[in-house]
Amino acid sequence: MPKELWKGNEAIAEAAVRAGLEAYFGYPITPQTEVLEYLSRRMPELGRTFVQAESELGAINMVYGAACTGVRVMSSSSSPGVSLMMEGISYIAGTEVPAVLVNVMRGGPGLGNIAPAQGDYNQAVHGGGHGDYQPIVLAPASVQEAIDLTVLSFDLAEKYRAICMLILDGPVGQMMEPAEMPEMKPIQRANWDWATDGKMGKRERRVLSSIYLDPIEEEKMNLRLLHRWRAIQENEVRYKEYFLDDAEIVVIGFGTAGRVALSAVREARAEGIKVGLLRPITVSPFPHKIIDELAGRVGAFLVTEMNSGQMLEDVRLSVRNRVPVEFYGRMGGVVPFPDEILNEIKRMTASKLSVDANPRDAWLDRMARI
Amino acid sequence: MQKEVIISGFGGQGVLFGGQVLAYAAMDTGKQVTWIPSYGPEMRGGTANCTVVIADHEIGSPLVKNPPLVIALNLPSFDKYEPLMQAGGTLIVNQSMVDRAAQREDIHVLMIPCNEIAEEIGDKKLMNMVAVGALLSALHEVTLKDIEKALGNHLPVRHKHLLPKNYEALARGYGYAQREWDKVPA
Repeated sequence: MPKELWKGNEAIAEAAVRAGLEAYFGYPITPQTEVLEYLSRRMPELGRTFVQAESELGAINMVYGAACTGVRVMSSSSSPGVSLMMEGISYIAGTEVPAVLVNVMRGGPGLGNIAPAQGDYNQAVHGGGHGDYQPIVLAPASVQEAIDLTVLSFDLAEKYRAICMLILDGPVGQMMEPAEMPEMKPIQRANWDWATDGKMGKRERRVLSSIYLDPIEEEKMNLRLLHRWRAIQENEVRYKEYFLDDAEIVVIGFGTAGRVALSAVREARAEGIKVGLLRPITVSPFPHKIIDELAGRVGAFLVTEMNSGQMLEDVRLSVRNRVPVEFYGRMGGVVPFPDEILNEIKRMTASKLSVDANPRDAWLDRMARI
Repeated sequence: MQKEVIISGFGGQGVLFGGQVLAYAAMDTGKQVTWIPSYGPEMRGGTANCTVVIADHEIGSPLVKNPPLVIALNLPSFDKYEPLMQAGGTLIVNQSMVDRAAQREDIHVLMIPCNEIAEEIGDKKLMNMVAVGALLSALHEVTLKDIEKALGNHLPVRHKHLLPKNYEALARGYGYAQREWDKVPA
Protein backbone atom coordinates (compact mmCIF):
# COMPACT_ATOMS: atom_id res chain seq x y z
CA MET A 1 0.00 0.00 0.00
CA PRO A 2 1.31 3.50 -0.76
CA LYS A 3 2.04 5.87 2.09
CA GLU A 4 -0.62 8.40 2.98
CA LEU A 5 -0.58 11.28 5.41
CA TRP A 6 -2.53 10.05 8.44
CA LYS A 7 -3.47 11.75 11.68
CA GLY A 8 -2.62 9.45 14.61
CA ASN A 9 -6.13 9.17 16.02
CA GLU A 10 -7.74 8.50 12.64
CA ALA A 11 -4.96 6.07 11.72
CA ILE A 12 -5.71 4.02 14.84
CA ALA A 13 -9.39 3.95 13.93
CA GLU A 14 -8.76 2.82 10.35
CA ALA A 15 -6.13 0.29 11.43
CA ALA A 16 -8.63 -1.22 13.88
CA VAL A 17 -11.22 -1.46 11.11
CA ARG A 18 -8.74 -3.23 8.87
CA ALA A 19 -7.78 -5.60 11.67
CA GLY A 20 -11.40 -6.73 11.82
CA LEU A 21 -12.95 -4.49 14.47
CA GLU A 22 -16.61 -5.50 14.66
CA ALA A 23 -17.84 -3.29 17.46
CA TYR A 24 -16.76 0.05 18.90
CA PHE A 25 -18.19 1.75 21.97
CA GLY A 26 -16.97 5.12 23.17
CA TYR A 27 -17.62 8.57 24.48
CA PRO A 28 -16.01 11.79 23.19
CA ILE A 29 -13.13 13.42 25.02
CA THR A 30 -10.21 15.57 23.78
CA PRO A 31 -7.55 14.73 22.56
CA GLN A 32 -9.00 11.38 21.51
CA THR A 33 -12.32 12.32 19.89
CA GLU A 34 -11.15 11.80 16.30
CA VAL A 35 -11.01 8.04 16.92
CA LEU A 36 -14.69 8.03 17.81
CA GLU A 37 -15.63 10.56 15.13
CA TYR A 38 -13.89 8.57 12.40
CA LEU A 39 -15.50 5.31 13.46
CA SER A 40 -18.96 6.90 13.72
CA ARG A 41 -18.74 7.29 9.95
CA ARG A 42 -16.71 4.24 9.01
CA MET A 43 -18.36 1.48 11.06
CA PRO A 44 -21.97 1.97 9.83
CA GLU A 45 -20.62 2.26 6.28
CA LEU A 46 -19.32 -1.32 6.68
CA GLY A 47 -22.41 -2.58 8.50
CA ARG A 48 -20.47 -2.89 11.76
CA THR A 49 -21.46 -1.70 15.22
CA PHE A 50 -20.74 1.80 16.49
CA VAL A 51 -22.33 3.16 19.66
CA GLN A 52 -21.67 6.49 21.29
CA ALA A 53 -22.54 5.41 24.81
CA GLU A 54 -24.12 7.58 27.48
CA SER A 55 -20.80 7.69 29.36
CA GLU A 56 -17.43 5.94 29.62
CA LEU A 57 -18.99 3.54 32.13
CA GLY A 58 -21.60 2.57 29.60
CA ALA A 59 -18.98 2.23 26.87
CA ILE A 60 -16.65 -0.08 28.78
CA ASN A 61 -19.51 -2.34 29.88
CA MET A 62 -20.70 -2.58 26.29
CA VAL A 63 -17.12 -3.54 25.36
CA TYR A 64 -17.28 -6.20 28.10
CA GLY A 65 -20.48 -7.66 26.72
CA ALA A 66 -19.30 -7.69 23.11
CA ALA A 67 -15.94 -9.18 24.13
CA CYS A 68 -17.79 -12.14 25.69
CA THR A 69 -19.17 -13.01 22.27
CA GLY A 70 -15.61 -13.31 20.88
CA VAL A 71 -15.73 -10.47 18.34
CA ARG A 72 -12.98 -7.89 17.98
CA VAL A 73 -14.04 -4.96 20.11
CA MET A 74 -12.48 -1.68 21.14
CA SER A 75 -13.00 1.54 23.03
CA SER A 76 -10.92 4.69 23.25
CA SER A 77 -10.80 7.61 25.61
CA SER A 78 -8.46 10.04 27.35
CA SER A 79 -7.21 10.08 30.94
CA PRO A 80 -10.32 11.14 32.96
CA GLY A 81 -12.49 8.92 30.77
CA VAL A 82 -10.17 5.95 31.23
CA SER A 83 -10.32 6.42 35.01
CA LEU A 84 -14.09 6.03 34.77
CA MET A 85 -13.60 2.74 32.90
CA MET A 86 -11.43 1.09 35.54
CA GLU A 87 -14.16 -1.01 37.15
CA GLY A 88 -15.14 -2.44 33.77
CA ILE A 89 -11.51 -3.09 32.88
CA SER A 90 -11.05 -5.16 36.03
CA TYR A 91 -14.21 -7.15 35.22
CA ILE A 92 -12.94 -7.79 31.67
CA ALA A 93 -9.61 -8.98 33.11
CA GLY A 94 -11.42 -11.18 35.64
CA THR A 95 -13.57 -12.71 32.94
CA GLU A 96 -10.55 -13.40 30.74
CA VAL A 97 -12.00 -11.91 27.56
CA PRO A 98 -9.92 -10.02 24.99
CA ALA A 99 -10.45 -6.29 24.54
CA VAL A 100 -8.51 -3.37 23.08
CA LEU A 101 -8.49 0.02 24.75
CA VAL A 102 -6.82 3.24 23.60
CA ASN A 103 -5.84 6.02 26.02
CA VAL A 104 -4.70 9.28 24.41
CA MET A 105 -3.29 10.72 27.63
CA ARG A 106 -3.71 14.34 28.74
CA GLY A 107 -2.53 16.54 31.61
CA GLY A 108 -3.78 15.66 35.09
CA PRO A 109 -4.70 14.63 37.76
CA GLY A 110 -8.39 15.46 37.85
CA LEU A 111 -9.93 17.22 34.90
CA GLY A 112 -6.45 18.61 34.21
CA ASN A 113 -6.13 19.92 30.68
CA ILE A 114 -6.03 18.62 27.13
CA ALA A 115 -2.27 19.04 26.63
CA PRO A 116 0.05 16.05 26.06
CA ALA A 117 1.13 14.01 29.09
CA GLN A 118 2.22 10.55 30.20
CA GLY A 119 0.82 10.67 33.71
CA ASP A 120 -1.27 7.52 33.28
CA TYR A 121 1.74 5.18 33.03
CA ASN A 122 1.23 3.75 36.50
CA GLN A 123 -2.51 3.43 36.05
CA ALA A 124 -2.01 1.50 32.82
CA VAL A 125 1.05 -0.54 33.71
CA HIS A 126 0.72 -1.13 37.44
CA GLY A 127 -2.93 -1.23 38.16
CA GLY A 128 -5.90 0.99 37.70
CA GLY A 129 -8.64 -1.53 38.31
CA HIS A 130 -8.81 -3.67 41.45
CA GLY A 131 -7.48 -7.19 41.82
CA ASP A 132 -4.57 -9.18 40.48
CA TYR A 133 -4.28 -8.63 36.76
CA GLN A 134 -1.83 -7.10 34.33
CA PRO A 135 -2.79 -5.64 30.98
CA ILE A 136 -0.49 -5.59 27.97
CA VAL A 137 0.41 -1.93 27.39
CA LEU A 138 1.87 -0.62 24.14
CA ALA A 139 3.27 2.89 23.70
CA PRO A 140 3.53 4.02 20.06
CA ALA A 141 5.70 7.04 19.29
CA SER A 142 4.74 7.61 15.65
CA VAL A 143 1.69 7.28 13.44
CA GLN A 144 3.12 4.21 11.69
CA GLU A 145 3.79 2.58 15.03
CA ALA A 146 0.27 3.47 16.18
CA ILE A 147 -1.12 1.65 13.14
CA ASP A 148 1.10 -1.41 13.53
CA LEU A 149 0.49 -1.67 17.27
CA THR A 150 -3.27 -1.28 16.87
CA VAL A 151 -3.29 -4.31 14.59
CA LEU A 152 -0.97 -6.18 16.94
CA SER A 153 -3.09 -5.31 19.98
CA PHE A 154 -6.05 -7.32 18.67
CA ASP A 155 -3.81 -10.34 18.05
CA LEU A 156 -2.22 -10.09 21.51
CA ALA A 157 -5.54 -9.55 23.28
CA GLU A 158 -6.95 -12.70 21.66
CA LYS A 159 -3.80 -14.77 22.05
CA TYR A 160 -3.67 -14.15 25.79
CA ARG A 161 -7.36 -13.47 26.47
CA ALA A 162 -6.21 -10.20 27.97
CA ILE A 163 -6.75 -6.47 27.83
CA CYS A 164 -4.38 -4.78 25.46
CA MET A 165 -4.08 -1.05 26.01
CA LEU A 166 -2.44 1.51 23.76
CA ILE A 167 -1.18 4.55 25.63
CA LEU A 168 -0.43 7.57 23.48
CA ASP A 169 0.35 11.10 24.44
CA GLY A 170 -1.45 13.95 22.66
CA PRO A 171 1.15 14.52 19.90
CA VAL A 172 0.95 10.94 18.61
CA GLY A 173 -2.83 11.22 18.40
CA GLN A 174 -2.89 14.70 16.88
CA MET A 175 0.14 14.54 14.59
CA MET A 176 0.08 13.70 10.87
CA GLU A 177 2.84 11.55 9.38
CA PRO A 178 3.22 9.48 6.22
CA ALA A 179 2.18 5.95 7.06
CA GLU A 180 1.20 2.73 5.38
CA MET A 181 -2.07 1.00 6.24
CA PRO A 182 -2.32 -2.78 6.26
CA GLU A 183 -4.60 -4.51 3.78
CA MET A 184 -8.26 -4.70 4.75
CA LYS A 185 -8.78 -8.11 6.34
CA PRO A 186 -12.17 -9.78 5.99
CA ILE A 187 -13.79 -10.41 9.35
CA GLN A 188 -12.97 -13.94 10.42
CA ARG A 189 -14.53 -14.97 13.67
CA ALA A 190 -12.36 -17.51 15.41
CA ASN A 191 -14.12 -20.53 16.82
CA TRP A 192 -13.29 -19.70 20.45
CA ASP A 193 -14.03 -22.46 22.95
CA TRP A 194 -14.97 -19.85 25.54
CA ALA A 195 -17.15 -17.36 23.66
CA THR A 196 -20.79 -17.01 24.67
CA ASP A 197 -22.00 -16.64 21.12
CA GLY A 198 -25.10 -18.80 21.28
CA LYS A 199 -25.04 -22.58 21.68
CA MET A 200 -27.92 -23.05 19.20
CA GLY A 201 -28.79 -26.33 20.91
CA LYS A 202 -25.54 -27.85 19.66
CA ARG A 203 -23.13 -27.70 22.55
CA GLU A 204 -22.81 -27.36 26.31
CA ARG A 205 -23.79 -24.09 27.88
CA ARG A 206 -20.89 -21.70 28.50
CA VAL A 207 -20.73 -19.21 31.30
CA LEU A 208 -18.43 -16.19 31.41
CA SER A 209 -18.13 -14.34 34.68
CA SER A 210 -15.62 -12.67 36.97
CA ILE A 211 -17.28 -14.14 40.07
CA TYR A 212 -15.45 -16.94 41.88
CA LEU A 213 -17.12 -17.24 45.26
CA ASP A 214 -14.81 -20.09 46.28
CA PRO A 215 -11.40 -18.54 47.12
CA ILE A 216 -9.64 -21.70 45.92
CA GLU A 217 -11.28 -21.30 42.52
CA GLU A 218 -10.43 -17.59 42.46
CA GLU A 219 -6.81 -18.40 43.27
CA LYS A 220 -6.75 -20.93 40.42
CA MET A 221 -7.94 -18.15 38.15
CA ASN A 222 -5.26 -15.79 39.54
CA LEU A 223 -2.63 -18.45 38.84
CA ARG A 224 -3.94 -18.89 35.31
CA LEU A 225 -3.54 -15.16 34.70
CA LEU A 226 -0.03 -15.23 36.16
CA HIS A 227 1.09 -18.13 34.00
CA ARG A 228 -0.26 -16.30 30.98
CA TRP A 229 1.58 -13.18 32.13
CA ARG A 230 4.82 -15.12 32.34
CA ALA A 231 4.39 -16.19 28.73
CA ILE A 232 3.65 -12.59 27.75
CA GLN A 233 6.84 -11.43 29.47
CA GLU A 234 8.77 -14.15 27.71
CA ASN A 235 7.42 -13.50 24.21
CA GLU A 236 6.07 -10.02 23.78
CA VAL A 237 8.69 -7.48 24.91
CA ARG A 238 9.32 -4.88 22.23
CA TYR A 239 11.61 -1.86 22.14
CA LYS A 240 13.74 0.15 19.75
CA GLU A 241 17.45 0.84 20.16
CA TYR A 242 19.33 3.90 18.88
CA PHE A 243 23.13 4.30 18.99
CA LEU A 244 23.55 1.79 21.83
CA ASP A 245 26.67 0.01 20.50
CA ASP A 246 29.28 2.26 22.09
CA ALA A 247 27.00 4.24 24.41
CA GLU A 248 28.30 5.30 27.81
CA ILE A 249 25.05 7.02 28.76
CA VAL A 250 21.67 5.53 27.82
CA VAL A 251 18.52 7.66 27.69
CA ILE A 252 15.24 5.79 28.21
CA GLY A 253 11.94 7.31 27.18
CA PHE A 254 8.66 6.11 25.63
CA GLY A 255 6.19 7.78 23.27
CA THR A 256 6.76 11.46 22.57
CA ALA A 257 9.35 11.77 25.37
CA GLY A 258 11.34 9.07 23.54
CA ARG A 259 11.12 10.99 20.27
CA VAL A 260 12.22 14.24 21.87
CA ALA A 261 15.09 12.34 23.47
CA LEU A 262 16.12 11.04 20.02
CA SER A 263 16.64 14.63 18.84
CA ALA A 264 18.70 15.38 21.97
CA VAL A 265 20.76 12.20 21.55
CA ARG A 266 21.54 13.09 17.93
CA GLU A 267 22.68 16.58 18.97
CA ALA A 268 24.84 15.14 21.78
CA ARG A 269 26.38 12.64 19.34
CA ALA A 270 27.20 15.54 17.01
CA GLU A 271 29.14 17.02 19.93
CA GLY A 272 31.03 13.77 20.45
CA ILE A 273 29.15 12.49 23.51
CA LYS A 274 28.71 8.72 23.48
CA VAL A 275 25.01 8.51 24.27
CA GLY A 276 22.31 6.14 23.07
CA LEU A 277 18.55 5.77 23.39
CA LEU A 278 16.30 2.88 24.38
CA ARG A 279 12.64 3.48 23.53
CA PRO A 280 10.32 0.90 25.11
CA ILE A 281 7.43 0.00 22.78
CA THR A 282 5.83 -2.40 25.25
CA VAL A 283 5.84 -0.71 28.64
CA SER A 284 4.02 -3.76 29.99
CA PRO A 285 5.67 -6.26 29.74
CA PHE A 286 8.57 -3.94 30.52
CA PRO A 287 11.92 -4.46 28.73
CA HIS A 288 13.75 -5.41 31.95
CA LYS A 289 16.14 -7.82 30.27
CA ILE A 290 17.79 -5.35 27.88
CA ILE A 291 18.10 -2.73 30.62
CA ASP A 292 19.61 -5.33 32.95
CA GLU A 293 22.09 -6.17 30.20
CA LEU A 294 22.88 -2.50 29.51
CA ALA A 295 23.41 -1.84 33.24
CA GLY A 296 26.33 -4.25 33.03
CA ARG A 297 28.17 -2.25 30.39
CA VAL A 298 27.14 1.45 30.43
CA GLY A 299 28.06 4.22 32.85
CA ALA A 300 24.68 5.77 33.60
CA PHE A 301 21.02 6.04 32.59
CA LEU A 302 18.82 9.05 32.05
CA VAL A 303 15.07 8.38 32.24
CA THR A 304 12.93 11.03 30.59
CA GLU A 305 9.14 11.13 30.85
CA MET A 306 6.20 13.51 30.63
CA ASN A 307 5.29 12.71 34.23
CA SER A 308 6.98 12.74 37.64
CA GLY A 309 9.04 9.61 37.07
CA GLN A 310 6.63 6.68 36.89
CA MET A 311 8.57 4.46 34.47
CA LEU A 312 11.69 5.55 36.38
CA GLU A 313 10.81 3.00 39.09
CA ASP A 314 10.70 0.16 36.56
CA VAL A 315 14.07 1.21 35.17
CA ARG A 316 15.56 1.32 38.68
CA LEU A 317 14.23 -2.18 39.28
CA SER A 318 16.22 -3.41 36.27
CA VAL A 319 19.35 -1.42 37.04
CA ARG A 320 19.47 -2.49 40.72
CA ASN A 321 21.82 0.32 41.79
CA ARG A 322 24.72 -0.94 39.69
CA VAL A 323 25.09 2.42 37.91
CA PRO A 324 23.53 5.86 38.51
CA VAL A 325 20.03 6.50 37.16
CA GLU A 326 19.09 10.14 36.60
CA PHE A 327 15.68 11.56 35.81
CA TYR A 328 14.24 14.44 33.82
CA GLY A 329 10.50 14.97 33.53
CA ARG A 330 7.96 17.60 32.57
CA MET A 331 4.40 17.39 33.84
CA GLY A 332 0.95 18.88 33.53
CA GLY A 333 0.88 18.83 29.74
CA VAL A 334 4.30 20.40 29.14
CA VAL A 335 6.27 18.70 26.35
CA PRO A 336 10.05 18.97 26.83
CA PHE A 337 12.13 20.41 24.02
CA PRO A 338 15.27 18.53 22.91
CA ASP A 339 17.61 21.16 24.42
CA GLU A 340 16.30 20.38 27.92
CA ILE A 341 17.28 16.73 27.56
CA LEU A 342 20.56 17.68 25.87
CA ASN A 343 21.37 19.85 28.91
CA GLU A 344 20.74 16.88 31.18
CA ILE A 345 23.04 14.67 29.10
CA LYS A 346 25.75 17.34 29.28
CA ARG A 347 25.24 17.77 33.02
CA MET A 348 25.72 14.03 33.46
CA THR A 349 28.98 14.01 31.50
CA ALA A 350 30.28 16.97 33.51
CA SER A 351 29.43 15.88 37.05
CA LYS A 352 30.20 13.00 39.35
CA LEU A 353 27.09 10.85 39.61
CA SER A 354 26.20 8.66 42.55
CA VAL A 355 24.12 5.50 42.83
CA ASP A 356 23.01 6.62 46.28
CA ALA A 357 21.17 9.76 45.22
CA ASN A 358 17.40 9.54 44.77
CA PRO A 359 16.91 10.57 41.13
CA ARG A 360 13.46 12.04 41.68
CA ASP A 361 14.54 14.17 44.65
CA ALA A 362 17.59 15.39 42.77
CA TRP A 363 15.44 16.31 39.75
CA LEU A 364 12.92 18.08 41.98
CA ASP A 365 15.71 20.16 43.49
CA ARG A 366 16.95 21.10 40.02
CA MET A 367 13.37 21.97 38.92
CA ALA A 368 13.00 24.30 41.92
CA ARG A 369 15.84 26.38 40.55
CA ILE A 370 14.14 26.82 37.13
CA MET B 1 18.98 17.19 6.52
CA GLN B 2 16.27 18.46 8.81
CA LYS B 3 14.15 21.61 8.39
CA GLU B 4 11.50 22.91 10.77
CA VAL B 5 8.69 25.27 9.82
CA ILE B 6 6.03 26.92 11.97
CA ILE B 7 2.99 28.45 10.30
CA SER B 8 0.92 30.68 12.56
CA GLY B 9 -2.12 32.90 12.19
CA PHE B 10 -5.80 33.33 13.04
CA GLY B 11 -8.12 30.36 12.78
CA GLY B 12 -9.59 30.52 9.27
CA GLN B 13 -6.44 31.82 7.57
CA GLY B 14 -5.59 28.36 6.28
CA VAL B 15 -2.70 27.82 8.68
CA LEU B 16 -3.23 24.08 9.09
CA PHE B 17 -3.82 23.44 5.39
CA GLY B 18 -0.74 25.46 4.45
CA GLY B 19 1.30 23.11 6.62
CA GLN B 20 -0.38 20.02 5.23
CA VAL B 21 0.47 21.03 1.68
CA LEU B 22 4.13 21.20 2.72
CA ALA B 23 3.82 17.81 4.43
CA TYR B 24 2.23 16.20 1.35
CA ALA B 25 4.99 17.58 -0.90
CA ALA B 26 7.68 16.28 1.46
CA MET B 27 6.02 12.85 1.64
CA ASP B 28 5.56 12.59 -2.13
CA THR B 29 9.25 13.34 -2.67
CA GLY B 30 10.25 10.51 -0.32
CA LYS B 31 11.15 12.54 2.76
CA GLN B 32 10.23 11.96 6.38
CA VAL B 33 7.76 14.53 7.68
CA THR B 34 5.68 15.36 10.74
CA TRP B 35 2.81 17.85 10.88
CA ILE B 36 1.43 18.78 14.25
CA PRO B 37 -1.23 21.40 15.01
CA SER B 38 -1.82 23.35 18.16
CA TYR B 39 -5.00 21.62 19.22
CA GLY B 40 -6.02 23.65 22.24
CA PRO B 41 -9.11 25.82 22.70
CA GLU B 42 -7.38 28.38 20.45
CA MET B 43 -8.55 26.27 17.52
CA ARG B 44 -12.00 27.63 18.21
CA GLY B 45 -11.56 31.13 16.84
CA GLY B 46 -8.25 32.45 18.17
CA THR B 47 -4.71 31.97 16.90
CA ALA B 48 -3.69 28.63 15.44
CA ASN B 49 -0.36 27.22 14.44
CA CYS B 50 1.20 24.08 13.10
CA THR B 51 4.75 22.77 13.06
CA VAL B 52 6.11 20.85 10.07
CA VAL B 53 9.42 18.98 10.35
CA ILE B 54 10.98 17.67 7.14
CA ALA B 55 14.01 15.36 7.28
CA ASP B 56 15.80 12.54 5.56
CA HIS B 57 16.10 10.53 8.80
CA GLU B 58 13.67 9.31 11.48
CA ILE B 59 12.25 12.49 13.01
CA GLY B 60 12.68 12.96 16.75
CA SER B 61 10.80 15.85 18.33
CA PRO B 62 7.79 16.93 16.26
CA LEU B 63 7.85 20.27 18.11
CA VAL B 64 10.54 22.93 17.87
CA LYS B 65 11.50 25.69 20.27
CA ASN B 66 13.62 27.91 18.01
CA PRO B 67 12.39 27.49 14.44
CA PRO B 68 14.61 28.42 11.50
CA LEU B 69 11.55 29.04 9.27
CA VAL B 70 8.30 30.75 10.25
CA ILE B 71 5.27 32.07 8.43
CA ALA B 72 3.45 34.70 10.53
CA LEU B 73 0.09 35.47 8.97
CA ASN B 74 -0.97 38.04 11.58
CA LEU B 75 0.46 40.43 14.15
CA PRO B 76 0.13 38.18 17.24
CA SER B 77 2.08 35.47 15.36
CA PHE B 78 4.75 37.99 14.30
CA ASP B 79 5.04 39.16 17.93
CA LYS B 80 5.22 35.60 19.24
CA TYR B 81 7.73 34.06 16.83
CA GLU B 82 10.12 36.89 15.96
CA PRO B 83 11.92 36.57 19.35
CA LEU B 84 11.92 32.74 19.14
CA MET B 85 13.51 32.44 15.70
CA GLN B 86 16.84 30.74 15.23
CA ALA B 87 19.56 33.27 14.28
CA GLY B 88 20.02 33.25 10.51
CA GLY B 89 16.47 31.97 10.00
CA THR B 90 13.82 33.33 7.66
CA LEU B 91 10.55 34.84 8.83
CA ILE B 92 7.82 35.32 6.24
CA VAL B 93 5.44 38.02 7.49
CA ASN B 94 2.03 38.72 6.02
CA GLN B 95 2.55 42.44 5.61
CA SER B 96 -1.18 42.95 5.05
CA MET B 97 -1.90 42.16 8.69
CA VAL B 98 0.93 43.83 10.61
CA ASP B 99 1.69 47.47 11.38
CA ARG B 100 5.29 47.31 12.45
CA ALA B 101 8.72 46.50 11.08
CA ALA B 102 10.91 43.65 12.30
CA GLN B 103 13.10 44.26 15.37
CA ARG B 104 15.74 41.58 14.99
CA GLU B 105 18.67 42.06 12.66
CA ASP B 106 20.11 38.55 12.88
CA ILE B 107 17.23 36.92 10.95
CA HIS B 108 15.89 37.43 7.44
CA VAL B 109 12.45 38.99 7.43
CA LEU B 110 10.46 38.99 4.20
CA MET B 111 7.40 41.26 4.23
CA ILE B 112 4.87 39.82 1.78
CA PRO B 113 1.48 41.50 1.19
CA CYS B 114 -0.29 38.12 1.08
CA ASN B 115 -3.86 39.44 1.31
CA GLU B 116 -3.39 41.94 -1.51
CA ILE B 117 -1.73 39.40 -3.78
CA ALA B 118 -4.50 36.87 -3.08
CA GLU B 119 -7.15 39.48 -3.81
CA GLU B 120 -5.46 40.33 -7.10
CA ILE B 121 -5.75 36.67 -8.06
CA GLY B 122 -9.40 36.89 -7.16
CA ASP B 123 -9.74 34.87 -3.95
CA LYS B 124 -8.55 36.23 -0.62
CA LYS B 125 -8.59 32.70 0.84
CA LEU B 126 -5.46 31.98 -1.22
CA MET B 127 -3.30 34.15 1.06
CA ASN B 128 -1.95 31.04 2.80
CA MET B 129 -0.71 29.69 -0.55
CA VAL B 130 0.96 33.04 -1.33
CA ALA B 131 2.81 32.73 1.99
CA VAL B 132 3.78 29.09 1.36
CA GLY B 133 5.11 30.11 -2.07
CA ALA B 134 7.19 32.82 -0.40
CA LEU B 135 8.50 30.33 2.16
CA LEU B 136 9.84 28.07 -0.60
CA SER B 137 12.34 30.81 -1.48
CA ALA B 138 14.07 29.84 1.80
CA LEU B 139 13.20 26.11 1.92
CA HIS B 140 15.12 24.64 -0.98
CA GLU B 141 14.36 21.02 -0.10
CA VAL B 142 10.80 21.51 -1.37
CA THR B 143 10.27 23.06 -4.81
CA LEU B 144 7.33 24.90 -6.29
CA LYS B 145 6.84 21.92 -8.63
CA ASP B 146 6.73 19.52 -5.62
CA ILE B 147 3.97 21.58 -4.01
CA GLU B 148 2.00 21.82 -7.25
CA LYS B 149 2.19 18.07 -7.71
CA ALA B 150 1.20 17.46 -4.11
CA LEU B 151 -1.87 19.68 -4.47
CA GLY B 152 -2.81 17.84 -7.65
CA ASN B 153 -2.33 14.46 -5.96
CA HIS B 154 -4.13 15.10 -2.70
CA LEU B 155 -6.74 17.82 -3.18
CA PRO B 156 -10.22 16.23 -3.09
CA VAL B 157 -11.80 15.95 -6.56
CA ARG B 158 -14.48 18.50 -5.68
CA HIS B 159 -11.76 21.11 -5.18
CA LYS B 160 -9.72 20.33 -8.30
CA HIS B 161 -11.12 23.33 -10.17
CA LEU B 162 -9.28 25.52 -7.64
CA LEU B 163 -5.87 24.18 -8.66
CA PRO B 164 -4.91 26.82 -11.28
CA LYS B 165 -5.52 29.68 -8.84
CA ASN B 166 -3.59 27.85 -6.10
CA TYR B 167 -0.67 27.40 -8.48
CA GLU B 168 -0.85 31.09 -9.34
CA ALA B 169 -0.87 32.07 -5.65
CA LEU B 170 2.18 29.89 -4.93
CA ALA B 171 4.07 31.30 -7.92
CA ARG B 172 3.19 34.89 -7.07
CA GLY B 173 4.32 34.45 -3.46
CA TYR B 174 7.53 32.77 -4.56
CA GLY B 175 8.23 35.50 -7.15
CA TYR B 176 7.56 38.31 -4.69
CA ALA B 177 9.89 36.70 -2.13
CA GLN B 178 12.62 36.23 -4.74
CA ARG B 179 12.50 39.95 -5.52
CA GLU B 180 12.78 40.69 -1.78
CA TRP B 181 15.87 38.44 -1.58
CA ASP B 182 17.39 40.32 -4.53
CA LYS B 183 17.19 43.52 -2.44
CA VAL B 184 19.27 41.92 0.34
CA PRO B 185 22.87 43.16 0.00
CA ALA B 186 25.25 40.27 -0.76
